[in-house]
Amino acid sequence: MKKVLALTMAAALTVGALFGSNVFAEEASGDFDWKKFDGEEITVLFSEHTYSNAVEEKLSEFTEKTGIKVNYSSMPEGNYFEKLNVELSSHSGSIDVFMTGAYQSWEYATAGNLEPLENFIDSDLTSPEWKYDDFIPAVIDALKWDCVPGHAVGEGSQWALPMGWEVNILTYNKRILEEKGIEPPKTAEDLLEAASALKEFDGNGTYGIAVRGLPDWGTIHPAYMSLYSTWGAKDYEIEDGKLVSKVNSPEAVAMTEYWVDLVKNGGAPQWATYGWEMCGADLGAGKAAMMWDADRGGYTQNTPGSSNEAGNMAFGMVPYPESAGKTEDDMKSNLWVWSMAMNADSSKKEAAWYFMQYFTSPEYMLWSGVEKACTDTPRTSVLESEEYKESVANAEGYYEAFSKVSETASIFFTAQPYFTETTTEWAKTLQELVTTDKYASVQDAMDELKVTMDELVSDLEVE
Amino acid sequence: MAGKKKNSAKSEWNKVPFSTRVRPYLIVAPSLIITIGIMVPFVMAIWYSLTNYSFKLPTHKFVGINNWVSMLGDPSFWNAVKISLLYGLISTAIEMLLGLGVAILLNNLNNGLSRVLRVLLVFPLMVAPVTATIIWQLMLNSSVGIVEKFLNLFGVFNFPWAASPDTALMTVILIDVWINTAFIILLVLAGLQSLPKSPFESAKIDGGSAWFNFTNLTLPMLKPSLYIALLFRLMAALQEYAIIFALTKGGPGDSLMSLSLTAYQKGFKFQKFGAAIPYILILWLIINIAAKRIVNLQRTAQKRAAGLEE
Repeated sequence: MKKVLALTMAAALTVGALFGSNVFAEEASGDFDWKKFDGEEITVLFSEHTYSNAVEEKLSEFTEKTGIKVNYSSMPEGNYFEKLNVELSSHSGSIDVFMTGAYQSWEYATAGNLEPLENFIDSDLTSPEWKYDDFIPAVIDALKWDCVPGHAVGEGSQWALPMGWEVNILTYNKRILEEKGIEPPKTAEDLLEAASALKEFDGNGTYGIAVRGLPDWGTIHPAYMSLYSTWGAKDYEIEDGKLVSKVNSPEAVAMTEYWVDLVKNGGAPQWATYGWEMCGADLGAGKAAMMWDADRGGYTQNTPGSSNEAGNMAFGMVPYPESAGKTEDDMKSNLWVWSMAMNADSSKKEAAWYFMQYFTSPEYMLWSGVEKACTDTPRTSVLESEEYKESVANAEGYYEAFSKVSETASIFFTAQPYFTETTTEWAKTLQELVTTDKYASVQDAMDELKVTMDELVSDLEVE
Repeated sequence: MAGKKKNSAKSEWNKVPFSTRVRPYLIVAPSLIITIGIMVPFVMAIWYSLTNYSFKLPTHKFVGINNWVSMLGDPSFWNAVKISLLYGLISTAIEMLLGLGVAILLNNLNNGLSRVLRVLLVFPLMVAPVTATIIWQLMLNSSVGIVEKFLNLFGVFNFPWAASPDTALMTVILIDVWINTAFIILLVLAGLQSLPKSPFESAKIDGGSAWFNFTNLTLPMLKPSLYIALLFRLMAALQEYAIIFALTKGGPGDSLMSLSLTAYQKGFKFQKFGAAIPYILILWLIINIAAKRIVNLQRTAQKRAAGLEE
């Protein structure tokens, strides 16, 4: 999957040439009937995000073009999935289209909440301008799965379509680092040293590096999982038809020891209450000198007028552990893909599909990527377009980091339907390691976590 | 003979107009409907606690008392009971003491300032707990928080507040006290203003001290109001969810995983309702026992205040 991604990116210009400017042309074919479901009404539930804000702006244009009325609502990410769980489990079809992530789609697909999309993709309900093959393979594949626990993503049904994706890289405030005479860190060791040196760099409450710390999956999947995978550690492996946790392996323990050191010596004083919003806010306010999180978290703090430190951000990559014998080639960034999916209980699936293809079309994605800061475009044609490159040119190192890290970025979690439980327990263990003396060592904590994680997936049979 | 009597009573009853005969049933009907409305979800909850009901499964099946057994054998359940009780008892105790003190001061002052304060002190009650928690989160922030700046004056830096298991409970209780003390003040103030004046006037003539008045007159007569305030606050505090979730989501670790938070996590996050419901039923049981005891105390206090019981 990763190799295909690299090849696709390298061949992007060729791909671009194939459908060139036509890809963004308004209904070049002219044959596709966008008014086929004129008068229908669909309901959409999204999480509040840059991607959903962009969609909201174009809803009236969509209705004008298709005649489909959209009942749109969005809610903050904090409780979004809980609300969605309730709606989907009622099997009432109250929502036709909703936002999800790849990890959550594992749970929804196995519960029968998601409509497989391949039947729509290959049908005459899809405009020839939509171009499925234009999606970056690693990103579109992240939303495919055969629903067998332990099996890698990339095979099976297409459960959702990408709206945007995020790689987890280092963002740093170049003004602060220059003033303190610190070089932007490339290795994990450099990062620990820099973060420790930047503790209280501008008085009480300022600190080296912002990373997430709340007791949920959001703490594990960005920076932690990226470094964990770069270190060579795995969450689960299949043994004798069962998923067996590997969080107490030597690599996992060494990485976690490093992480606890990093948070204790260079993290926010109130790390355990930090989600991505707080991390971004501290970076933008100049309270944190660096942040290791989703690339767009740093990017949005850098756009003019968005924060106190806008214009001072620069982008690094994934700091790799030299002490563990890793090099730049071993960098791995765990992927997050915000995507939209169709409710299997929807009674307006065709109209819902029109909505989905409109808001994932190359034309729309170029607009949202260039005009609306949806910079993590899942479309190759957008990534290689001059307009897009120009729009991100002001963010120092962003395009290079995003392009380079994308080559090896993937989902490094094992696909399984208990993702939320296992990662919540994992995050709690991290919190206890950082904030308490409950465990004699990291090894003890990870041994205990392994038992819990094994227990949580014990009823899963792996073929 | 008895049969004759029965028949005659029946015929007498039949002579009563239909509208009169159905009246008792009509009077009881609304209460009956509401009771059924309350009991149906409650009985369903008990049933679901005996199943493996989950959003992830297409159907659910009866699993007996498995959910209960696994909950009682889980150390995190006992931790949740401890957190709920500590939170409920400590926050309510502080709010009661503060609320009583402030209400008495306001009642005694009764001037322009006290009238302004009565309005201002109610403000926290008008703020949604989640909003209040976010405001406090900013105030306690180690870099920009006003509370942190204040503590800096006394040489305290980077106080961990909700970020440490040692101080997290204290922090959420602090926010609860900020929001809900006004509720106690309002109730106690209303109670104080409804007290008869003559006993206090007699005590004044007899030269009773302020402390004597408080312990022998104010407190005994105010007890019914205090128990009402205690009942409402304790019930709400034992169930508290919003403040803890908004501030730490139950962390660090399991340090703030109360019964409400644990049930929410198991039910809505992990989608295992069968396993979540026993936690809520235990919480209901605790609240029920506490509420019953407080209601009994309130009744006794009311009788005593009315001079019906020694």
